[in-house]
Amino acid sequence: MSKIAFVQKNKIPPSPAPISEVGFIGWLKQNLFSSWFNTLLTLISIYFIFIILRDFIPWAWGGHWNTKSLRECLDLNPDVACFSVLTARWKQLLFGLYPAEEYWRPTVTFIFLILSMIPILFPKYFKFFWFSVIYPGLAIWLLWGGSIWGVGIVYIGLSLGIFTFILLLKLVSKNTVLAGIGALIFLIVFFMFFSNYLVNFLNIILPIALPPVESLKMGGFTLSLIVGITGIVASFPIGILLALGRQSNLPIIKMICVGFIEFIRGVPLITLLFVASVLLNYFLPPGTNFDIVLRVIIMVTFFSAAYMAEVIRGGLAGLPLGQHEASASLGLTYWQSQRLVIMPQALKISIPGIVNTFIGLFKDTTLVSIISLRDPVGLASTIRADQTWNGIYWELYVAIGLMFFIFCFGMSQYSQYLERKLKTDK
Amino acid sequence: MEKTKINITDEVAIHISNMNKWYGNFHVLRDINLEVMRGERIVVCGPSGSGKSTLIRCINRLEEHQKGRIIVDGTELTTDLKNIDKIRSEVGMVFQHFNLFPHLTTLENCTLAPIWVRETPEKDAQDIAMEMLEKVKIPEQAHKYPGQLSGGQQQRVAIARSLCMKPRIMLFDEVTSALDPEMIKEVLDTMIQLAEDGMTMICVTHEMGFARQVADRVIFMDDGQIVEQNEPESFFNKPQSDRTKLFLSQILGH
Repeated sequence: MSKIAFVQKNKIPPSPAPISEVGFIGWLKQNLFSSWFNTLLTLISIYFIFIILRDFIPWAWGGHWNTKSLRECLDLNPDVACFSVLTARWKQLLFGLYPAEEYWRPTVTFIFLILSMIPILFPKYFKFFWFSVIYPGLAIWLLWGGSIWGVGIVYIGLSLGIFTFILLLKLVSKNTVLAGIGALIFLIVFFMFFSNYLVNFLNIILPIALPPVESLKMGGFTLSLIVGITGIVASFPIGILLALGRQSNLPIIKMICVGFIEFIRGVPLITLLFVASVLLNYFLPPGTNFDIVLRVIIMVTFFSAAYMAEVIRGGLAGLPLGQHEASASLGLTYWQSQRLVIMPQALKISIPGIVNTFIGLFKDTTLVSIISLRDPVGLASTIRADQTWNGIYWELYVAIGLMFFIFCFGMSQYSQYLERKLKTDK
Repeated sequence: MEKTKINITDEVAIHISNMNKWYGNFHVLRDINLEVMRGERIVVCGPSGSGKSTLIRCINRLEEHQKGRIIVDGTELTTDLKNIDKIRSEVGMVFQHFNLFPHLTTLENCTLAPIWVRETPEKDAQDIAMEMLEKVKIPEQAHKYPGQLSGGQQQRVAIARSLCMKPRIMLFDEVTSALDPEMIKEVLDTMIQLAEDGMTMICVTHEMGFARQVADRVIFMDDGQIVEQNEPESFFNKPQSDRTKLFLSQILGH
């Protein structure tokens, strides 16, 4: 027998791993105490966490909730938090200058918001998607008030437009572009000539209305949510289209998309907000009343759509060319293959980036305080300008920060859930 | 195994005349003339960079040709998108890297195009898909995702996916090149079975055993030209051109 020849005669049965390598002890050893340097870092970190908590917990735990002013707090015990400012002003932080007797409206809008998001976030409940479609109109009506037919007419018009589209497709021509143009002409004629009469008519036979509230009264966390959620919902599809446009083979579309993305990304959001609040009026015909909140929403939407487009472009670039070729070779059209093959994958790759942009947008809504809209941060300054609470910092900002944190952390958690759910490679 | 030759008909499936293609200034395909009959099984071989993949990718317009004509199933390939989509739905293609849709299950991969392109009802599309998955011998993997399958299984799903469109012509672009040796056979067996069913096939491949066993005609390409074509027997035993002889000695020599 030669020296290198070897034959294994018996099979070795599997045995359990050593106790120090598995379970909790194994975890500790692997993650916290794997080397002397790692052990040192662990101990230093524990010390820092300890001193932060040692100072923070008594400060927050012993805080005053029921004093009348900051002075009173300081007289009682200057070393603990004075949360009384929240007790006194929480309504303002949530609703801004919204009329107190109408607080139920933003509250209901918020509850409906959560309900309307369920069908979108959890496909199991997709059968309730109709509510998510109705919600935007309902929210606008609840928040701004006035006659329900002001937004109702938009829904009626769009439904009739879709109906026209299907009718044309069935009866006149199979071409979707022609039918689309037909439906568009119908919409223009409807909104230019008929909608006013219809609204007047509906107002007479079914007068449902709420007291109107003007945009400048919107404020607090309500305003952050209005701007943030609308921006998120609107910037997502615009971002997808911009990303596709940037990849397009059609040079003019590509140029427009690249120009838009680079311009909007290259300008600070604050500049855009100033344009929205001040400069835009110069460009519009005199006497036009273009709602300030709407202007801000448009700017915030553009801003985050530009970022979104780049995030999604990253996802698109991450897909192998073979996916395009495979879907083309099966006879799928460009839009079918984008919708069914390319986008589901590109968006999945981009989830962390997309959610990052959403979170960024949501926090950027606090910048509207610069153009004197009363979001929570703007209100904090107003509150501190008041004699009673002059000099208070931590308590207000901790509370505002916590409110934002809850929403942003929620988004982050949802995105992680989504990533786990969409994982198909294991 | 004796080869079935009864399938070839007089009907022209693909007609290519004086076709030329350039990548920028690089002349990839030069004066290609090729007529493929319905039921015919063709193997295209040649050194890498010879333009064989580009040739079959021109047939379903994944690549655009600049000169000459390509007529597939009586429809000429022009810039008209309608014609392109029509031809693509009639011509199946299988790729080297499978290109399955990783976000869809095996079954959904197979039903996607029938549902959206052919507008087949979902239930019927699923029945067809299961039938095709049985044909490639992996019906039990229908509800798994491509990422959970082996390379050979993925490639067989890719073949089934193409078959679900009931194509009249199948193109195979080096379908075994990315596979581990032990998986090549299962894919080749599937292709042989398909060939025996009378499918019109054009296969770009280096599997010369497959070519001998299945092909009605072997085409050898070099530098963007069709250098030699013949029945496999004569092609392998009595190659005429020096370039063919050199190529065959290189791939069969070891």
